[in-house]
Amino acid sequence: MKKLIAISALAAASLLALSGCSGGDPLASAGAGTGSSGDQVIIGSADFTESQLIASIYSEALQAAGVDVKEQFNIGSREVYMEALQDGSIDLIPEYSGALLKYLDTSSTASTTDDVLAELATQLPTGTSLLDHSLAEDKDVLAVTSDTAAKYDLEKISDLAPVAAELSLGGPPEWKTRVNGVIGLVDVYGINFREFVSLDAGGPLTMTALTSGQIQVGDIFSTDPGVTDNDLVVLEDDKSLFAAENVVPVITTAKLDSTIAETLNAVSAQLTTKDLIRMNSEASSGTNLAEIAIAWLTDADLI
Amino acid sequence: MTVDWIWSNLPRITELTLNHIGLTVIPTILGLIVALPLGWWAHRSRRSYPAIVGAASLLYTVPSLALFVILPQILGTRILDPINVVVALTVYTISLLVRVVADGLNSVPHETVQAADAMGYRAWQRLVLVELPNAIPVIAAGLRIAVVSNVSILTMAALLGIPQLGTLFTQGFQLRLYVPLVTGILLCVALAIAFDSLIVWLGRLLTPWRQKTVTA
Amino acid sequence: MSLLEWFLDPAHWSGADGIPMQIGVHLFYSAVALALSLLFAVPLGIYIGFTGKGEGIVAGIANALRALPTLGLLVLLFLLLSPVVPGQLVYGIPTVIVLVLLAVPPILTGTYAGIQAADTEAVNAARGMGYSQVQILWFVQLPCALPLLLSGVRSSTLQIVSTATVAAYLGLQGLGRFILDGRAQGDFSQMAAGAILLAALALILELAFIAVGRLIVSPGLQRTTRAPRKIVPTTATAAIRLTAS
Repeated sequence: MKKLIAISALAAASLLALSGCSGGDPLASAGAGTGSSGDQVIIGSADFTESQLIASIYSEALQAAGVDVKEQFNIGSREVYMEALQDGSIDLIPEYSGALLKYLDTSSTASTTDDVLAELATQLPTGTSLLDHSLAEDKDVLAVTSDTAAKYDLEKISDLAPVAAELSLGGPPEWKTRVNGVIGLVDVYGINFREFVSLDAGGPLTMTALTSGQIQVGDIFSTDPGVTDNDLVVLEDDKSLFAAENVVPVITTAKLDSTIAETLNAVSAQLTTKDLIRMNSEASSGTNLAEIAIAWLTDADLI
Repeated sequence: MTVDWIWSNLPRITELTLNHIGLTVIPTILGLIVALPLGWWAHRSRRSYPAIVGAASLLYTVPSLALFVILPQILGTRILDPINVVVALTVYTISLLVRVVADGLNSVPHETVQAADAMGYRAWQRLVLVELPNAIPVIAAGLRIAVVSNVSILTMAALLGIPQLGTLFTQGFQLRLYVPLVTGILLCVALAIAFDSLIVWLGRLLTPWRQKTVTA
Repeated sequence: MSLLEWFLDPAHWSGADGIPMQIGVHLFYSAVALALSLLFAVPLGIYIGFTGKGEGIVAGIANALRALPTLGLLVLLFLLLSPVVPGQLVYGIPTVIVLVLLAVPPILTGTYAGIQAADTEAVNAARGMGYSQVQILWFVQLPCALPLLLSGVRSSTLQIVSTATVAAYLGLQGLGRFILDGRAQGDFSQMAAGAILLAALALILELAFIAVGRLIVSPGLQRTTRAPRKIVPTTATAAIRLTAS
């Protein structure tokens, strides 16, 4: 109990003193973690449905293969879950190759699937490994309503440059500081939007803001069934700012064994972009993610 | 559809509810344990009362989301560790209860304290056997507010991926589904009512002498 | 970038997402929510305190409101309103409703408890002087209720200001932006800065309330409300004497 008092006193004092000192940075990995205990594999996911869906597929497949897993989904943006992976809070997470590469190396210009994966292999944080990538891809895309597209005659992203000063862009908060986000749009395309509105990662906020006109251009996912449902126009990425985004498992090397590798590689070998779109649409109709995952694995003859 | 969703997610809902119960009860109890000596200190020393109570209530203004994320730096824990949430809620509980404990002890009638002194009680005996039991109604009232707030504040941890009932909110939101949202809200309210009644019941159990005057 | 550098960076002090603007927006939502809560809770509290009707129900509802999880309610309201409410309001309305629900119970309880706690002798004296019921309410009970009412408003305000951060979850501006954006961008300084600004704002408001209380609560009442505290030094001195002996 003395310890508790000490902790709370410390917490109080530190909170008050925070303004004075710069301190360390908990979001920059402490590196002290040694990972989860024993053989248990903790599977994480980002804070959007598709990531949780793929993580569920990994989870169900590994459980069927007899691996002890724990699910820790819905963690947040890449900036947060990559730290969690490095400090051992999680061991495995489904990733998108291009976005991960841009996160690790902001100057990278690789854009094809092979180039991205080759560079990614050299940039991965020590202690983590890539498994086989799948053909399934889910890119960030800039979408506009068909009305906006007609009004400004928009087909590709570079068409936005002359009119962007009148338009608002919406996307997840991390987009504001990302190369494959606002920064890249300025540097690569020379597009300066009137404002950037922090919303969510391809979720209901961005979709609502887009259809209600609060923003004119939104960052959404190419596998979002809402694109067709809401009659949106996806702008072509004519300067390849958004690289290939193959789904690929990233895992703590210490946790990797042949069972896990074989199981996840078998999943990656069969997963396609069409599967993602179909499963996203099932999820948005309310089906339980684990059920969707099991159904896919059964169809694919993996469990 | 409604029943289907609940039925097919029942194991998950159960797990989230159990997590929620644990993450509410542990910080509430820890908070009470820490608040008792602090409140007693504030009660004993009139000069430090404003400082202790003021500092404690200031902690309550730190937004929960910020606290959840700042704590790993202070504690050296990992960012997804539920410990961060436990400590954060403990801090809020302490913040609420220090004043309550101090005021509860202050509310014990002077005559009662003097009677204890006259009976030859030592200071600690008087505190444990007379003052604290007499302060129970006030402390229990504060504890009810603390536990009910904790049930609600805890849901914010869903934004960090800590699994508890708030997870149903973020998932329901991402999928635009009402059923998980409403299920989560109703379970939170039910938990709050259950904890609240539990404390009322415990408070009565611990103050048998009040029973008669209350019912009379 | 360290926290201090973050605060010293002039870029963070100007523009649509600078500190002054975010504080302004934060206070704006808070003020709207507080005004609506006062409009609703004070008259209702006066009615309950004056007539004694519905106290049990209201106390129960007030407690239940406290149990409603803000985040869940916020996203539920957003999903419910998004098909019917146009434009920017679809983000603002759920935020304000959630804040009002948080703020009403303390103000309501403070108001009716304050009126009920008004000194019966003072009320009787006023009656003896020929005051009508309304005059008693206006000139005696309400001024007597002011300290409790103010303390209700104070705790409501603090709750509103600290909870208004959730507005950022719906993409709105305000101090919550720094916290949510900082987290999403992995920028700890920004996030901690948001938390500190918020705590500072709450502290300033708390002090403002103390000052306002001194200013508008009748001096006679201030003396009587302070009087019971006098018990404390006697117990404390007794205690000190005891431990010393």
